[in-house]
Amino acid sequence: MHPHPKHYLKDGQIVTNNWQLVTADTAQLPSGNILVPAAYWQANQQQLADHSGEVGVWIDSHEEIEAFSSSIAAAPVIAINFPKFVDGRGFSLARLLRERFGYIGEIRAVGHFIRDQLFMMQRCGFNAFQFDSEIDLAAASQSLNDFSDSYQVAVDQPEPLFRRHR
Amino acid sequence: MYIYDQYDQKLVDERVEQYREQTKRYLDGQISEEQFLPLRLQNGLYVQRLAPMLRIAVPYGLMSSRQVRKIADISRTYDKGYVHFTTRQNIQLNWPVLEEVPDILAKLASVEMHAIQTSGNCIRNTTTDQFAGVACDEIEDPRPWCEIIRQWSTLHPEFAFLPRKFKIAVCGSEEDRAAFLLHDIGLQLVKNASGETGFHVYVGGGLGRTPVIASSIREFLPKQHLLTYLDAILRVYNRYGNRDNKYKARIKILVRAWTPEVFAQRVEAEWEHLKNAPATLTSQEIERVKGFFTAPDYQAVDSVALEAELSSQAAAHKAFSRWLDRNVRAQKQAGYAAVTLSLKPAGVAPGDVTDRQLEIIADLADRFSFGEIRTTHNQNIVLADVHKSELFELWQQAKSAGLATPNVGTINDMICCPGGDYCSLANAKSIPVAEAIQRKFDDLDYVYDLGDLELNISGCMNACGHHHIGHIGILGVDKKGEEWYQIQLGGSANKNAALGKVLGRSLSRDAVVDGIEKLLDVYVENRLDQESFLATYQRIGIEKFKERVYAPAS
Repeated sequence: MHPHPKHYLKDGQIVTNNWQLVTADTAQLPSGNILVPAAYWQANQQQLADHSGEVGVWIDSHEEIEAFSSSIAAAPVIAINFPKFVDGRGFSLARLLRERFGYIGEIRAVGHFIRDQLFMMQRCGFNAFQFDSEIDLAAASQSLNDFSDSYQVAVDQPEPLFRRHR
Repeated sequence: MYIYDQYDQKLVDERVEQYREQTKRYLDGQISEEQFLPLRLQNGLYVQRLAPMLRIAVPYGLMSSRQVRKIADISRTYDKGYVHFTTRQNIQLNWPVLEEVPDILAKLASVEMHAIQTSGNCIRNTTTDQFAGVACDEIEDPRPWCEIIRQWSTLHPEFAFLPRKFKIAVCGSEEDRAAFLLHDIGLQLVKNASGETGFHVYVGGGLGRTPVIASSIREFLPKQHLLTYLDAILRVYNRYGNRDNKYKARIKILVRAWTPEVFAQRVEAEWEHLKNAPATLTSQEIERVKGFFTAPDYQAVDSVALEAELSSQAAAHKAFSRWLDRNVRAQKQAGYAAVTLSLKPAGVAPGDVTDRQLEIIADLADRFSFGEIRTTHNQNIVLADVHKSELFELWQQAKSAGLATPNVGTINDMICCPGGDYCSLANAKSIPVAEAIQRKFDDLDYVYDLGDLELNISGCMNACGHHHIGHIGILGVDKKGEEWYQIQLGGSANKNAALGKVLGRSLSRDAVVDGIEKLLDVYVENRLDQESFLATYQRIGIEKFKERVYAPAS
């Protein structure tokens, strides 16, 4: 995971990234807005309450989101890590956050994913995309619009096609 | 058959444009080899030993004559003028050019076809009985349900990057012709005591390196809950399936590790959250899709006169009589029959047909079967709804096109993967073995006397040729760089599905045909009355077969 790329995509726009991603082996929390590992978030609520900037959380693809569901509702940002771009667990995690746990803040994809996944990721509830490598974000954002409609229900469309048009 | 509306059409058109753009970026070096891999696979494109291979989806094996003509045209323009029918009822082009694949996909989209999710770690083409809608033992036509599953699975946003590939089959009849217990999900259409339709749900079946017969996880799922229940199964698998080792990544491994009971509990717990959500099917949608699978305009017939005419034609033409016996099947509508066009003449790779034959198949379908063509998992073609008074004429026309070899269900109607001639995974060639067997057993009287016999050949343990479920299975293995063949006996793909047992040490290519002949000798010597090879094997066990095949030469 890149800890702090300058820009990322949010709600289809290129925005400045003022969040620092902290990993489990970070000795001291940096100042400013941070994204901390889910386990750290759970174990250090008091310390994080005193942090100078805003605090969000990041979850790895193998983690049980159910374990954190009650405490992270207040997080302004929840990042979901893709250890490999072919690891599809993050798609389910984002849907659970939105549809089961009612999370309405920013869900940001971090780690290894590719622009060709953006359409489906957005359908599952991701609204922010922080790429690991330097890529043309404006070009990548075009992949959000690969399809104009879909058969299935998802976060972006709670009614299936057959209930809307058939 | 199902006809696209504007939404279906737009989706496949947009998919073509998406892939065209992806191919362009790949060729420009903007997408790495590793990143392009799942993108091309989910559009059907493999890179094989000799050239790319494009797998075209034939949803649940049903095509129109217009679609088949388009395939013929594509195979001529973009390939070498022939195609291969697969064991998942799909079609493969063996020699397309990567740069031209977007154009091929655009041509497919023009006739409501695509190659979406024919490969890759996603939900694949849903398969079913080739006699759906006409089978005498049908509980309910499975095709509307297959189409509903097709739409649900197409570009499903959550399940495009599963631990491994995922295959669903639907069985709508008493007898199983879809090998549904050997799928990741097998759905059996059933009726409850009130006569309502539902599904008996099985999970965790599959062939490959670790063949497993699926386990029942729910005996009656009311039909309107089909999609939310599938969502629940897929979500549990997507989250908890093994992603570290591709040989342990199929759902069958998870079901086995957890036990089917625990897996069922996990699915039910997930489903509690999804049940009755908007994805629940409406009766309006079910009826809409069923409306595409209506019966053709059958004519009233004089059955007695028809049967008399057929009998006299059969008496006058022995070859026609044999074809009636092996390739023609009764259907539930009086006066009509379902005809299997054999794609297994000796000397041709099983399942291969030329562009010209495809056009003839399309013409035959227009003339005799209301323009509909079905593909089978045994790699043949079926024309259903043929009026019995036209069987003789159909036979003559099919015969002159090389499509009437009367060997359906016999030892020569083998399932065979492309093997080492084409596939980069194969340990051994399979097509030459199939041909050697067909050439050896070319005496039709002998072949008919052997009766129903399924012989399946795979060139490696990935089992594309379904060797585990052949009455006789042949598996190509590599021994120090040489091609050897392991023989298995007793496999079966019906409702009493069974996996074959290994006969003994593997045989060299030269010894395979001789070994098969000995197996058949043991069968003929030991069978009782009309007993099939499989039934004889089940009664007498493997030892007698083993002794004969491995007996020292005398």
